[in-house]
Amino acid sequence: MKKILGILGLLVVVCVLTALASDSFLSAYNLENLIRRSALFGILSIGVAFVIITGGIDLSIGSVVCLVGCALPWLLTVQHWPLPLALLAVIALSLAIGLAHGLLITKLRIQPFIVTLCGLLLYRGIARGFTQDQTVGFGTGFKELRSLATGKIPFLPGFDLPAPVLFLAVVALLAAVFLNRTIYGRYLLALGRNPQAARYSGIQTDRMVLLAYVLSSGLAGLGGSLFVLDVNSAQPVDFGNFYELYAIAAAVLGGCSLRGGEGGIVGVLIGATLMQVLRNMITLVTTHNNVEFAIIGAVILIGVVADEITRRIAANRRAARALQGASA
Amino acid sequence: MSAPLLEVRNLVKSFPGVRALKGVSLSLGHGEVLAVIGENGAGKSTLMKILAGVQPPDSGELLVDGQPRQLRSVQDALALGIALIHQELNLAETLEVGANIFLGREPTRWGLIDRTKVREGARVVLEQVGLRIDPDTPLSDLTIGQQQLVEIAKALSIQARVLIMDEPTSSLSVHEAQALERLIKDLRSRGVSIVYISHRLGEVEAIADRVVVLRDGENAGSLPRESIRREEMVKLMVGRELSQFYPHQPHQRPSVALRVQGVRTVQHPIHSLSLELHAGEIVGLAGLVGAGRTELLEALFGVTPPLSGSIEIAGKPVQPRSPIEAIEAGLALVPEDRKHHGLVLEMGVRENISLASLSRDQNAGFLNHPRELALCEEMTAAMRIKTPHREQPVQFLSGGNQQKVVIGKWLATAPKVLFLDEPTRGVDIGAKQEIYRLMEEQAAKGVAILFASSEMEEILGMSDRVLVMHEGRLSGELPREALSEESIMALATGSAPSTPAPAPARAL
Repeated sequence: MKKILGILGLLVVVCVLTALASDSFLSAYNLENLIRRSALFGILSIGVAFVIITGGIDLSIGSVVCLVGCALPWLLTVQHWPLPLALLAVIALSLAIGLAHGLLITKLRIQPFIVTLCGLLLYRGIARGFTQDQTVGFGTGFKELRSLATGKIPFLPGFDLPAPVLFLAVVALLAAVFLNRTIYGRYLLALGRNPQAARYSGIQTDRMVLLAYVLSSGLAGLGGSLFVLDVNSAQPVDFGNFYELYAIAAAVLGGCSLRGGEGGIVGVLIGATLMQVLRNMITLVTTHNNVEFAIIGAVILIGVVADEITRRIAANRRAARALQGASA
Repeated sequence: MSAPLLEVRNLVKSFPGVRALKGVSLSLGHGEVLAVIGENGAGKSTLMKILAGVQPPDSGELLVDGQPRQLRSVQDALALGIALIHQELNLAETLEVGANIFLGREPTRWGLIDRTKVREGARVVLEQVGLRIDPDTPLSDLTIGQQQLVEIAKALSIQARVLIMDEPTSSLSVHEAQALERLIKDLRSRGVSIVYISHRLGEVEAIADRVVVLRDGENAGSLPRESIRREEMVKLMVGRELSQFYPHQPHQRPSVALRVQGVRTVQHPIHSLSLELHAGEIVGLAGLVGAGRTELLEALFGVTPPLSGSIEIAGKPVQPRSPIEAIEAGLALVPEDRKHHGLVLEMGVRENISLASLSRDQNAGFLNHPRELALCEEMTAAMRIKTPHREQPVQFLSGGNQQKVVIGKWLATAPKVLFLDEPTRGVDIGAKQEIYRLMEEQAAKGVAILFASSEMEEILGMSDRVLVMHEGRLSGELPREALSEESIMALATGSAPSTPAPAPARAL
């Protein structure tokens, strides 16, 4: 809870500073865009959060976004598949990718880093292959389908909510219920901290880890579809580039520990939003975008260091108190 | 009289949640064999680590030859001639014997290792410990007992004056243990002092010049050579008469709770293991380190499913391929390694206690919060777990309370058969008694209990019957009337013929 307040505070500070430095930050146009981007990245971040909670990592998210983002328009406009079939294909594709990762990690015991790093290279390569490295897009068609990402929901007078927020709301709600209210959520948190103790307690840890990777790739597939519907076209060479890092950074900022076993959905949502506000701030306030990574890197580092320091102070206090209790 | 070789005064050492040493003092003379004994959790290992420089004390004095010293590292201790022979050996398996002996201080010639000197130096000390092997032999070719001698040789090669031996015989055969005993006497005659930690009181009787007893982090007393007797030692260790300490009453009922036939574990596939537990019976599982006790329990519990064999619980055949199947069949296992296998340290008491019962208590996949809370309240009370509140991460509890959380987790599953692997390791004496009381309560309720322990007194005090393992097989069975340290050790070290096995222990 304290952690969420900390990151929320940071988000508010960054927002206020950006609003002071740039008039356009609070314009309806900018805010809508910002919220749309935050929602899209929020979906990816929730996915990777599940994997991080198990103590793993998923580096392939950006490439899955690329693969799905290229496959959907390619199937529809180049291969002329019917819409339901194309949607089914990309859903199946992303779930199958997650299943493959999970099986390699749980059955063959290959490190998640390696498996998903290979995925990162593989899926982008495949996308560049079948598109022959050409931009694919919807052109002027598929307006209704695209409105899933580009549409707006009337919210306040003069301000509409972007459609992806709806997707995010549903995903986040389901994810939060799953993580906090079901026994499987508890299993994930337990096995992320101590897979052996979880196994000895009768938890089928392999199945749970498998599920986490399927969720991660599945949500990357959903995100990839919405991303391409939003921007209308995808260039295989850089569509979704670095998105895994934004998603991982958001999850970590939001309270997920890469050691596993820790994290909550609300924190991840705030983390994802913070990442996008930072990017927005850099675009609005600085004249050149090339320092973006440096600033984002610095903010994440500061956040994580601050968190580690408070954690140590708390642990020391607690140990001291426990000791008094023991000697009393 | 000259100053003692090594002396400590009022050592205090705390770990999060527990005070391991509360002011321990002892002294060691030249050429003296001092046995330090105490139950699990009495503070022996912590004391040894402080003497060897592995960890510093919080307060207290350490004097060598009457001079106050601070041991900041193992190197400091070695420089003063104090060497620790670890329970788990600290040797490099892939290197040769000679290379191990000189590891970290290799003699060099023009910047390269001088192999001739290594060989010659190694030969000298190997001879002193009575090991006639080529220094170029790879360490991995030696038995555990021989490796231990290499470690002692290594200590001699740095002119150690004090050897600290932490349960040196816990994995040795009878023959090797006897050889070690002779070596200790030989070292003593050459002026080397030895601090000897053991759970085997018979050994202590045979070699110690003096015994220091620790209980619950404090000095409980000491015995000079002439009054070292088993009863005296046990009385000092447990602090009262034995019959009060072990609350054991026989409870067995005629019905068979667990029948195991022809089980072969992955680790010892050549031996087929069979046993029977009756409802309400407490059976001890004795044996040396590495005898295969943990492997047997983990095989039965589905952690490492057995290669073959059949298991019946209350007459129903079961085949646990994983712990969840074992739990559903009515088994529970309190594992040996509490921190790695028993607890999720960062989680609270409530979440740890409910972890193995969540699946049973679920509402279509959702957590059953009221049930979870009720279970936590019930177990905290029944186990007398001392915790500030139920959300306290268990890493901040003392070892005894942690162990009670693990046991509570397993009792919450309402097992028919309860396995406990070293249930009182690293817990204080109060918690220990509570654990015995709980075992009694469960047995009285008709739960069949099989507990593995390296602590002889516990095996003798708590068992209706004892099964003994040796090198992966069940080497015998002893009824309560025939229990003694000697009879158990004879079976555990393979020096007695297998007892004419009663039906359930018959090899198939």
